[in-house]
Amino acid sequence: MVKVQNNKAWFMVLPVLFIVALNAIVPLMTVVNYSVQDTFGNNVFFFEGTRWFSEVLASERFHGALLRQFFLTATILAIEIPLGVAIALTMPRTGFWASVCLVLMALPLLIPWNVVGAMWNIYALPDIGLLGYGLNWLGIPYDFTQQPVSAWFTVILMDVWHWTSLVVLLAYAGLQSIDENYYRAAQIDGASRWAVFRFIQLPKMKHVLTIAILLRFMDSFMIYTEPFVLTGGGPGNSTTVLSIDLVKAALGEFNLGVASAMSIIYFLMTLLVCWLFYTITMQGERE
Amino acid sequence: MTRLRWLVPTLYIIFLMLPIYWLLNMSFKTTNEILGGFSWFPAEFTIESYVKIFTDPTWYSGYINSIIYVGLNTVISVSFALPAAYAFSRYRFVGDKHLFFWLLTNRMAPPAVFALPFLQLYSALELFDTHFAVALAHCLFNIPLAVWILEGFISGVPREIDETAYLDGYSFPRFFTKIFMPLIGSGIGVTAFFCFMFSWVELLLAKTLTSVEAKPIAAVMTRTASTSGYELGLLAAAGVLTIIPGAIVIYFVRNYIAKGFAMGRV
Repeated sequence: MVKVQNNKAWFMVLPVLFIVALNAIVPLMTVVNYSVQDTFGNNVFFFEGTRWFSEVLASERFHGALLRQFFLTATILAIEIPLGVAIALTMPRTGFWASVCLVLMALPLLIPWNVVGAMWNIYALPDIGLLGYGLNWLGIPYDFTQQPVSAWFTVILMDVWHWTSLVVLLAYAGLQSIDENYYRAAQIDGASRWAVFRFIQLPKMKHVLTIAILLRFMDSFMIYTEPFVLTGGGPGNSTTVLSIDLVKAALGEFNLGVASAMSIIYFLMTLLVCWLFYTITMQGERE
Repeated sequence: MTRLRWLVPTLYIIFLMLPIYWLLNMSFKTTNEILGGFSWFPAEFTIESYVKIFTDPTWYSGYINSIIYVGLNTVISVSFALPAAYAFSRYRFVGDKHLFFWLLTNRMAPPAVFALPFLQLYSALELFDTHFAVALAHCLFNIPLAVWILEGFISGVPREIDETAYLDGYSFPRFFTKIFMPLIGSGIGVTAFFCFMFSWVELLLAKTLTSVEAKPIAAVMTRTASTSGYELGLLAAAGVLTIIPGAIVIYFVRNYIAKGFAMGRV
């Protein structure tokens, strides 16, 4: 669309700018402020330079949390994206059953995150939960409160349960936009099912799948509530990902310097990914 | 193979429904029965947990608080985002691309980073423990999202419509409310749905910014889980009740959600 140059449009953006700036810039300045200072209480602060940053970047605790974070994010993406595409391809395209599928599939997305955690806690309890009891009944030793492997399995399964539908909905929206004529042409050409997927459906879904991958990447990167309610970051520290560690340092231990330095490193990482997301989607639109 | 294709979505939906079924199952059991062991159905069917939630003010006020700040946030987000989205969609102005990108970064900002500074900011503004504080704080990620989705929908409306209206002598505010807003009605609906959704499911900020007066239902649940022993039945019933508002809104936007999730950009 051709846009008109008009600087008065700033007035229409001002209210948004004001309210988001209040929420974003003031807190961010607070965090930056804390990240370079130390305090002995009574509001007396000392300038510390980059001490907290070097401390955080060198600490094993941060490395551990970061590593667990990347492991979680990579596993989630590797499962949810192919699964979501497969479901979108096989679900009914139109009619009553399509609506039923959409409504049921969207349901997990609308459940408060702590309820998701609590629900999976109840579901996975080894003695009375369906999942925990079932696995133990099958002879698989399972107890997410004691074994790190079980805890990880549950956290990942919970996220697949919670967010695969997002990928399904996006892929479904992409498939909906394909003209019926493409399929007819493919049929006349005698194209195989794979060829239809590879050369018609996948290119049409490219754009929405980029959105799906980046959204899932970023949301899993800041995941907090669900694993916190489910495992509390345990057993031990085994499921403590970045956000959990950060909240522990900030609100649990009131370790302001360390927490703020972590916040800034964390924020810069998400900013980088966000920039990638923006560049890629904008390019997609220009094409 | 084609004949079995219904199997994949069916299995997936069963996988989705099982934990919800389990939550329902638990919510109708007595505490004794829950702790007594594994069972597929409640043996002594009881609605005691639900009765407790609807009669105990600490419980039902949690729901009211949540609905108040979610509603406030949806109204604020949509009404602030509408003109901004129009501006981004129709005009070029100094710094527009940078501003759009900066807005988007806030959607991606981890709430954990902001928990502590938000607590201090809203305490300083003397808004701590009010519905308004949570509604405003949730604007951090909901306004950028709303601008993003609405911009997608608005760009789908040809600008000839705007120009024709101006030629017919409509003033901008009148054109916007009388002609333009009805045109992107479904977009506004979808945006409101998403604002509702993300404000409804968020807990970290809502919990940090409230203590007694505006405590959200989610925080009431966390407190119950940790202090008053292990009242699983009550917790399950509260969980079931938090699913219902979501289910209702999904039903209303079912034909638009797929497009909405693609942010109006398919």
